[in-house]
Amino acid sequence: MEEKLTLFKNRKRFGVEKNIDIIFKNTALVFSSFVSIILLGIILVVFFQSFESFSRYGLKFLVTSEWNPVKDEYGAFTAIYGTLVTSFLSLLITIPLGVGTAIFITEDFVPKVFREIIGSFVELLAAIPSVVLGLWAIFVMEPFFRAFFVFLHNFFGWIPLFSTEPTGRNSLLAILILVVMLLPIVTSIARDSLNQVPKKLRNAAYGIGASRWKTIFSVILPAALSGIMAGVLLALGRAMGETMAVTMIIGNSNAFSWSLLSPGYTISSMLANQFGEADGSQVSSLFYAAFVLMILSLVVNIFAQLLVRKFSLKY
Amino acid sequence: MNSLYYQKRLSRNIGDKFFTSLSLICALIAILPLIFLVTYILIKGGSQITPELFTLEPNPPGDDLDAGGINPALIGTLIITSIASIIAIPVGVGGGIYLAEYSKGGAFSRFIRFGVNVLAGVPSIIAGVFIYALIVSTKILFGSMYSGLAGGMALSILMLPTVIKTTDEGLKLVPNELRYASLGVGASMYTTILKVTLPSAFRSIATGVVLSIARAAGETAPLIFTALFSYYYITGFGDLFYEMGSLAVLIYNFALEPYDAQNKLAWAASFILVLSILSVNIFSRILAAFTEKTKRV
Repeated sequence: MEEKLTLFKNRKRFGVEKNIDIIFKNTALVFSSFVSIILLGIILVVFFQSFESFSRYGLKFLVTSEWNPVKDEYGAFTAIYGTLVTSFLSLLITIPLGVGTAIFITEDFVPKVFREIIGSFVELLAAIPSVVLGLWAIFVMEPFFRAFFVFLHNFFGWIPLFSTEPTGRNSLLAILILVVMLLPIVTSIARDSLNQVPKKLRNAAYGIGASRWKTIFSVILPAALSGIMAGVLLALGRAMGETMAVTMIIGNSNAFSWSLLSPGYTISSMLANQFGEADGSQVSSLFYAAFVLMILSLVVNIFAQLLVRKFSLKY
Repeated sequence: MNSLYYQKRLSRNIGDKFFTSLSLICALIAILPLIFLVTYILIKGGSQITPELFTLEPNPPGDDLDAGGINPALIGTLIITSIASIIAIPVGVGGGIYLAEYSKGGAFSRFIRFGVNVLAGVPSIIAGVFIYALIVSTKILFGSMYSGLAGGMALSILMLPTVIKTTDEGLKLVPNELRYASLGVGASMYTTILKVTLPSAFRSIATGVVLSIARAAGETAPLIFTALFSYYYITGFGDLFYEMGSLAVLIYNFALEPYDAQNKLAWAASFILVLSILSVNIFSRILAAFTEKTKRV
C-alpha cells in the first residue's frame, strides 16, 4: 500500500533541470530579439555610413543627377526616378494580369486539376533565382522584343516615354522582367484573399440574379480588396529592391532620360554595379542611395503590414 | 419576351463570356514565362553539361576557346549556403520557438513578428550593403576582406525571417492538448518543446526551412560585394576567409561577358541551379499535398 502511494508523490525537479529550462527560454528569447537587433543594425549602419554624403549634399542628392566620382559630385535622381518608374509601371501591368489569373484559378471555369497546375506553375516561377531571369532576359527577351521596341519608337516616338531609338538594354525590358517576378506574388496573395471571401456572399449575389462577373466585380473583388492591396504593396516593395535581373537588363546609365527605351538606372542596380570598386566619398554616396532605397521599401512594407492587420479579421 | 432559358445574346451573358476569356488569357500569359524559361534553360543549359564541367576551374574571360568548368562555384555555393544555414536555422528556430511557445501574444511578440515581416521585405542588396559595412570594410574577420564567410552571413540575414515564420506557424498548428498532456505528466517546458511539440511540427518546419535554403542558394545580390568571386579551387578550411565563387555570381559575371564561351558556362550554371531549386520546390509541394491527404483521412 505505501509503495503505491509513493508513486503519486509530487515529483521534485532538480536544480539542474530548472536551470536548463531557464537557459532554454532565455536563449530562445535572445534569438527572437536578433531580428530586431539586425533590423535596427541595418538602419543604423547604413545611416551612419551615409552621414558624410548626407551632410555634404543634403536633400540636393535626391534631385540632382550628376554622378561623377572624379569631380566628387553625387546626385541620385536618375536612380531614384528609375526605381520608382520601373516599379510602378511594372506593377501597373502586373495587377490586372495577376488578379485576372487569380480569378481564373479561384472560379470554376475549368476542372480543379488544371487550376491547381496553373497555380503551382505561377508559384514555381517565384522560385526561379532573379539572376537566371536576368540571363534569360539578356539572351532571349531582348532579341525577342527588339522589333517591337522599334515599332513602338516609330509609331509612338512623339510620346516622351518612347522618344529614343532602342539600342539593346533599356528600362522597358527591366519593367517586363519585373512583371515576371511580381506576377507570382500578386497572383498568390490575390488568390488567397479571393478564397477567403465567404461562400454565402457569392450565393446571395447569385440568388438575387447577378451574373457571374457581376458577382465578381461587385461582391467578391470588393470583399477581397484589402488583401489584394496588401499583396500589391508587398510586390511594390519587392520591385523597388529587386536587383539582379534589373541590373543585368536595364543598361546601367546615369544619364537621365524620360524615355523607357533608353538605358536607365535603379538604386539597387547602382549599388550592384558600383559598390565593389567604389572608394572615398563615392562609398558614402552609395550608402546614402542605399539608405533612400531602404526607407522607400520600409515605408511600403510597414504600410502593407498595417493594411493586412487592419483588414484581416473582417470576415 | 423574357424566357427562363439561357439567352446567348443577352448583354450580361456576352459580357460574362468576354470576361471569362479575358481571365483565361491572363492565366495563360501568367504561365508562359515559366514554360519558356524552363524549356530554354533545359535545352540551352542541358547541352553544355559535361563531366569536365564539374571538375574544372573556370577560365578567366578572354580565352574564348574553352571556358573550363564550374567546380569552385558549385562547391562555393554549397559552402556559402551551409554557412548561412548554420547561422540562420538555430537562431530562426529558436526565435520561432519563443514566439509560438513562450510569448503570450503580448507587445513584445507582436513587435518581433512585425520586425520579422519587415526584415523579410528588406531588399536583398541591403543585406549585402550591411555586411559590407559591418564585416568586409572593417576587416573584422582576422583581417580578411571579401570572404565566403561574409557572404554566408549576408545570406543568413535573408533566411532568418523565413525560418522564424515557418517555425512560428508550424508550432502554432500543434494542438494545445499535446502540450497540456506533456506538462501534466510533469515534463518541464524545454522537454515538452524538444520532445513533443517540435517533433510533431517537424515536417512543416523542415519543408519551410528547406525551401528557404533553396531560395538562398539562388540569391546573388548579397554576395556580389561580400563573397565576391574566385576562379580557383577551394582547397581547405582557410579558403573560407578569402573571396569565394558561387553559381549565382558566376551567372551574373559571365552573362555580362562578351564572350560566347563564358555565356555558355552561365547557361550551364543556371541549368544546375534551376534544376536543383525546382526539384526541391516540387518535391516539397508533393510532400505537403501528401501529408494533407493523410491528415484528412
